[in-house]
Amino acid sequence: MDRHEQHHIIGYRKLTGIWLVLLILTALTVAITRVELGGYKVIAALTIACAKAGLVIVFFMHMKYEGRLLRWLLFLALVTLAIFIGLTFFDVLYR
Amino acid sequence: MKRTRAPGSASRSDCNTRMETGFDFIRDMEMNHQEQKDYFGAKLGMWLFLFTELLLFGGLFLLYAVYLKRYPHEFATAGRQLDWILGATNTVILLTSSLSAAMAVTAAQRGETRRVVALIGGTILCAAGFMVIKYFEWSAKIGHGIYPGSEQLKNGPPGESVFFSLYYMTTGIHGLHVVIGALLLAWIALKARSGAVNASDYILLENGALYWHLVDLIWIFIFPLYYLVL
Repeated sequence: MDRHEQHHIIGYRKLTGIWLVLLILTALTVAITRVELGGYKVIAALTIACAKAGLVIVFFMHMKYEGRLLRWLLFLALVTLAIFIGLTFFDVLYR
Repeated sequence: MKRTRAPGSASRSDCNTRMETGFDFIRDMEMNHQEQKDYFGAKLGMWLFLFTELLLFGGLFLLYAVYLKRYPHEFATAGRQLDWILGATNTVILLTSSLSAAMAVTAAQRGETRRVVALIGGTILCAAGFMVIKYFEWSAKIGHGIYPGSEQLKNGPPGESVFFSLYYMTTGIHGLHVVIGALLLAWIALKARSGAVNASDYILLENGALYWHLVDLIWIFIFPLYYLVL
């Protein structure tokens, strides 16, 4: 599996753009959680955190330019995480 | 990695050509004996390792979520004692360090060796800044008698003690990752300076950067959960 030739190079400008978006999202998280929203605060903060994590994985970690195998493995890892969080809460909430 | 053989040569039934391809094959083996690297395999291995890290921290976040549900008020009182401004500063520092690491990979791909070293240096500098802030945060808390097993937490409500145990555990393991990542990147910077990491062989840097981004990724969740939402 020699994929050496196909490597995609992400330009400095694009990376800096992603970084700026990440900073804006951080500021947004802080702003949102300073307002009293009750339980929605957690959901809002985690949604933004997921968006930030997505940007880091897709661009900084080059996932956008990886093949099918790595993408599926990432998906599998996230599904596993979701299942064990989901099943634990199924137990905790309805005990 | 370099194929000296022409694409169609193997299908030619000419005896001479077949001999040649045979020699080509041997020459390829000799040539590649030193430099052949399973690039994709190396990256796949790194990602598999990162998945186990994801599940490790996932478990800690799960503990946090379950105990938050059990002790919402204690978690709120305890969480508000953390300084969100220091947390936010560390978030900005880590995001910047990640940018620097990603740029270092780009620089390596373009063969800009000096820039690679400078950018990795930037990441390590950020890591040091992060740890200094972490040190002040922890020592302030410990100075106030808040640490696992302290008298103050033992005599306080159980929820607060659980919160701070999880806080020290999660940020502690994360901090350990920061230190390991910085050391790893320092070693890679030395390799880059000596030319061992270059435009045609930069998997070491790429994997080091992947590890570093994971450290950033975990902090992206630690920051809102511990410093903001409570």
